Amino acid sequence: MNRSPYLSSAPSVSVIMVKVMLALVPAIAAYVWVFGAGILAVLALASITALLCEALMLKLRDRPIKPFLMDGSALLTAWLLALSLPPLAPWWLVVVGTFFSIVIAKQLYGGLGYNPFNPAMVGYAVLLISFPMIMTHWPAPLELAEAKLSFANQLQYIFGTSDSFSLDAVSMATPLDYLKTQLTLHHTVQQVSLAPQFGMLGAKGGELVVAAYLLGGLYLLQQRLITWHLPMAFLSVLALMAGAFYLLDPAHFAHPLFHLFTGASIFGAFFIITDPVSGPTTPKGKLVFAAGIALLTYLIRVYGGYPDGVAFSVLLMNMCVPLIDAWTQPRVFGHVK
Amino acid sequence: MSEVNQDITPEVVQEAEVKAQPKILYGEIVENGLWKQNPGLVQLLGLCPTLAMTISLVNGFSLGVMTAIVMAASNASVAPIRQWVPSEIRIPVFILIVAALVTMIDLSMHAYLQGLHSVLGIFIPLIVTNCIVLARVEAFAAKNPVVPSALDGFMMGFGLALVLATLGGIREIVGKGTLFSGIDLVFGPSAKSMILTVIPDYHGFLLAILPPGAFIGLAALIATRNWMSQRKAARDGALPVSTPLAAL
Repeated sequence: MNRSPYLSSAPSVSVIMVKVMLALVPAIAAYVWVFGAGILAVLALASITALLCEALMLKLRDRPIKPFLMDGSALLTAWLLALSLPPLAPWWLVVVGTFFSIVIAKQLYGGLGYNPFNPAMVGYAVLLISFPMIMTHWPAPLELAEAKLSFANQLQYIFGTSDSFSLDAVSMATPLDYLKTQLTLHHTVQQVSLAPQFGMLGAKGGELVVAAYLLGGLYLLQQRLITWHLPMAFLSVLALMAGAFYLLDPAHFAHPLFHLFTGASIFGAFFIITDPVSGPTTPKGKLVFAAGIALLTYLIRVYGGYPDGVAFSVLLMNMCVPLIDAWTQPRVFGHVK
Repeated sequence: MSEVNQDITPEVVQEAEVKAQPKILYGEIVENGLWKQNPGLVQLLGLCPTLAMTISLVNGFSLGVMTAIVMAASNASVAPIRQWVPSEIRIPVFILIVAALVTMIDLSMHAYLQGLHSVLGIFIPLIVTNCIVLARVEAFAAKNPVVPSALDGFMMGFGLALVLATLGGIREIVGKGTLFSGIDLVFGPSAKSMILTVIPDYHGFLLAILPPGAFIGLAALIATRNWMSQRKAARDGALPVSTPLAAL
């Protein structure tokens, strides 16, 4: 992370991780406001699981446990994964996802700095293809829910201690999911977006969370922890794709702002694709990488089998990173190509 | 003069080499097939059925046993004619023999095990293209007498079958929480009671059933096997003792 002229020392890994987690705090607060405090239990559970898995793997690999555990990278992965899950997730779902993120995607590939795939997205993709029912059932925002769930109710659901209510009673399809199924039934986008879960731009309630992610993302930019290339290229290509399709046929393709403000667009743009380990290193490469993710995300959202496509797109583009890096090496000053 | 020269054909040389070889150790053939040179875990040949057909223990083991029968039969058929097959066209000849044997297995399964045949589907004819079959014909049967060749083919195939069964069993338990599902396809509907429910009230873990589960499961099996042989080598004093993942 250090840059010339090296007048000040580069921030250490743990400082970066703490700042990124700080940038996530507004979004967590928005989550609590919109969906209830259950997300805090999910976050805590993911954090504990991540630290335990990390410590176990470091011990098995004969690596020093304390310095690697204290750098906060496992904790950040756990938070990113927990924030991708539905806010009401059963405990075993959180544990399985975190296990795959830390043990398989991170430590088995060599630990921090060596993982070719974004660990949080590997955990998410594993859960999405293994448990599609649970992963696509998001609880309705509190203001829309028929039955208001208290924090105690939510804890009971997460830890499976009571079957007092079923998930079906409190969940509703997310706008991306709903739009997809309704479009296959020959409704137009305009008809579909009258449904209660649609807000002004994206999902009702979800919009607030997205705005909080945007705030956190701008903080990361201001702190120079990420450069503008990745979020800018991702969001503009996504908007361009969505805009082109929208102009062609506004009845069957949603407005570009809808695509920017629903699903994992903003979260992905600032917090997921900016992972310095699994992403490209050159500025030009970052533009290519982010544009590829945006393209794939839009295609999966519109033509694919899953409602959102950020996780799969990130993993697919992760595979292209060595190629992108090789192709976009800047010319060394004084050398002729 | 020319007649004498003609007598020293490659086949004759090969024959002489075969005769010069040390005595064949049957125990070694068995150990190679099941552990030391296991096709599934060490040679990594025949990965197509290993990855595709191990959704359940019954599927994996059945295909493994079929492969073992084909391998024993093909090794036994190639070994007696090995002197007369010109080395330039040996691959087509071997493949023809294997293909004929696989067709026999395919048709007999269609006749007597119709349910299992429809589950395993295209993977039975595909045994022809399984490289472990040709590998053993080429590497062993083309150089050794009939009985050891047949034993080698069967043991290599059986070693593969054990790997397929283990991987299938793991994927079935993790993926569906059952064991021996589909056994009624082999022993008739009355065998349905043999299906074990290992984990009751299981949600199912689709990843284990999907292709990534095969890759992760096989990798875990190979790692376990390597770790076990490393530990044995360490006990014999050949290698320093290490923790399972220290090499990473």
